[in-house]
Amino acid sequence: MSNEGTTAGKFQMTPFNMVAGVIVILGVIVTILRFTGGLGAVTNLTDYNPWGIWIGFDLLVGVALSAGGFVTSAAVYIFGLKKYHSAVRPAILTAFLGYALVVLALHYDVGRPWRLPYPFIVQQGTSSVLFEVGACVALYLTVLFIEWSPTAMEWLGLKKIRGIVIKLTLLLTIFGVILSTLHQSSLGALFLIAPSKLHPLWYSKYIPIYFFVSAVIAGLSMVIFESTLSHRYFHDKMDETHLAESRGVTLGFGKAAAYTLAGYFLLKVIGVAADNDWHYLATGYGAWFLVELLGFIALPCFVYAVGVREKNTTLIRWAAAWTVLGIILNRFNISLIAFNYHLPASERYFPHWMEVVISVFIVTLGLVLFRFIATRMPIFYEAAGYDDAH
Amino acid sequence: MTISRRKFLGWLGAAGLGTTVGSSARAAAKGEFSGFPDSFGVLHDTSLCIGCRLCEKACNEVNELPKPDRPFDDLQVLEERRRTSAGNYTVVNKYGTPANGTPPIFRKNQCNHCLEPACASACFVRAFTKTPKGPVTYDASVCVGCRYCMIACPFEIPTYEYDEALSPRIQKCTLCAPRLEKGLLPGCVDICPTEALSFGIRENLLKIARERIRKFPDRYVPHIYGEHEMGGTSWLYLSTEPFNEIGLREDLGTTPAPTLTAGALGSVPVIVGLWPVLLTGIYAISKRKDKIAAEEQAGAVALAAEQARAESKAELDKALEQAKKEQEAMVKMAVKKALEEAEEKQKAEAEGDAGDSGPSEETDKA
Amino acid sequence: MDIYTLQDFFTFTKGVIYILVIITLIGLAGFWRFLTERDED
Ligand code: SF4
Ligand code: SF4
Ligand code: SF4
Repeated sequence: MSNEGTTAGKFQMTPFNMVAGVIVILGVIVTILRFTGGLGAVTNLTDYNPWGIWIGFDLLVGVALSAGGFVTSAAVYIFGLKKYHSAVRPAILTAFLGYALVVLALHYDVGRPWRLPYPFIVQQGTSSVLFEVGACVALYLTVLFIEWSPTAMEWLGLKKIRGIVIKLTLLLTIFGVILSTLHQSSLGALFLIAPSKLHPLWYSKYIPIYFFVSAVIAGLSMVIFESTLSHRYFHDKMDETHLAESRGVTLGFGKAAAYTLAGYFLLKVIGVAADNDWHYLATGYGAWFLVELLGFIALPCFVYAVGVREKNTTLIRWAAAWTVLGIILNRFNISLIAFNYHLPASERYFPHWMEVVISVFIVTLGLVLFRFIATRMPIFYEAAGYDDAH
Repeated sequence: MTISRRKFLGWLGAAGLGTTVGSSARAAAKGEFSGFPDSFGVLHDTSLCIGCRLCEKACNEVNELPKPDRPFDDLQVLEERRRTSAGNYTVVNKYGTPANGTPPIFRKNQCNHCLEPACASACFVRAFTKTPKGPVTYDASVCVGCRYCMIACPFEIPTYEYDEALSPRIQKCTLCAPRLEKGLLPGCVDICPTEALSFGIRENLLKIARERIRKFPDRYVPHIYGEHEMGGTSWLYLSTEPFNEIGLREDLGTTPAPTLTAGALGSVPVIVGLWPVLLTGIYAISKRKDKIAAEEQAGAVALAAEQARAESKAELDKALEQAKKEQEAMVKMAVKKALEEAEEKQKAEAEGDAGDSGPSEETDKA
Repeated sequence: MDIYTLQDFFTFTKGVIYILVIITLIGLAGFWRFLTERDED
């Protein structure tokens, strides 16, 4: 797979292309089934379990893992940490594709996707958290598109309009941070309406804050994780600056992630104290909560910290991958595992394989698009003649 | 309003607000909305329910729902715990164990038409409306099908047409809003052969329920389910057994659903108001820092250049001095040489000019 | 306008707030420009 970068343009029977091909074919079949037979034909959703992995994974995890865009651009353009500049483009691209695919996944999940703009143009349900999420995701996707567009313009040679967009960088970055703060936290706030359905250990007044803080962690970790993969597969595309700065990015972002994880850990504990939920810790759900808290928050925090102190980038990369897993686990816990905890096992949800196919299909689309763009457009290098505004 | 007007005005004074009264004052007392006056409800006295499923049948007919797999007079279905579904707005369930000899309790389940509906609070297109008469109605013409209302409803009532490919709707009891418009009773209440379902103004139903509890204290649990649950519901329940045991959760609390998310939504303007200020501030500071750093650097460069210039000037001066000295020396030497030459010439001329004065004159002139 | 339910109250007030929030965003951005326009960098 390592020769992928150089063979772009011609279709070749590499393992990646073969696997991706099979997934795409399966995905298209399930898509047809979904839009001819309804959700019932391809999902295990029920009246008790209206949300499955298309929300739990595609929406909640997708948005959290796309937080790298706003975290990185804020670090560079607002906090002025210019030494991370070469990390901005890959992070923006990852975020843009992530959000685009989240919106694509929603088209599968909602009953009448063409009505998705209704909340804004027909009737505004302003008392709904989902209204806020929808508005912010739609706006942020637009912001990300504009933030990403200079890449394409450099590729296409549209110098003038690119210049205009570059001038907007600061404004777009601030907008991005505001919108991200709002909808990352609101994704958690979605569950505030259902205190009787979400297990008390996960239900907390702080849940919007948990979602926001963990999104920052996810964003930082994804930048490290994504750069690990990119170094393996797009090494030949990277210019000197990118390669030289990469180690600094890993160390710096690792340090930030460790520190944020520590704060997140303490906040989680305070949340348990705030609702006096200690006694639940002795139950089965309590054990599972501790697995998340200790195994997927405290542990990666510690590994990050050691990695940063020892300047061991390999360790940091492992911690990043582990943290990403932990975020996925957290979103699954809240939307699927600890949700409807009061129902008997027979009424609980487990995803249908076709739901998994769609989720995998959408992730694959993301990878293919990333590769398409990263092999053609200036993502890991500065395009010649465009080093002005940096 | 549940609080007295005087007390209420007192609060206004405490809050430093002036004379606002009337509708705006109503809005000022947060969390004190008492719902539409004289709205309707249904009182379900489970002690009178015989589990005949006639209400299910009537509901099916008045709402023109699809024919069920098993007929409504098949009471075997009561052995299974059922829930509302897309083709079934209401179900009667059987509770209690025949083992301890007590007779089973039947309870009809349907939308409770909350006074502050969680479904309406959650819907991002306002498909649900709490109408002044009591019913919580649904408008399929705007519904996107996101199913957040199903997540939100604490009674797990709304259902979804999962088998509809392109036009799935949320389905739930309408409290027979269309029939109420025509002055008819809800289908289920109309058909009920016992007094298990009574329709009326909610306030009156509460009085009736209290009266029954007062008259038969041994029979009823002294609680009207739905009076305060989740901020109150239009559908009210009486029971002879704890409500938990007839499938009504007792841990829902009395907080109205819209309050649950109000705080989180309240942070929107805070973030939008503060973040730009904060972030621009940080940006300005980091830019200033950069500028100062750049200035310092520029300063250092200038100083170095200045020094270099000063040094070179000194050198130049020295060189000039040197040159001057050398020049002077050279001039001196030249003069000296010229003088010497002239002297020698004079001597020679004086020697050779002993008899001839002419050339000596010429030499003097030169 | 009489409001009888918390739900209607929130729908109305949050609606107004959303409008104000948009004005805030645009307004702050514009105001910052106004403040810094004459700064020489
Ligand atoms: S019971 Fe559920 S569906 Fe019915 S009004 Fe209340 S929240 Fe809405
Ligand atoms: S499914 Fe329809 S009614 Fe329910 S919240 Fe979504 S848009 Fe509203
Ligand atoms: S009120 Fe009407 S819709 Fe609701 S259960 Fe009774 S008959 Fe059915």
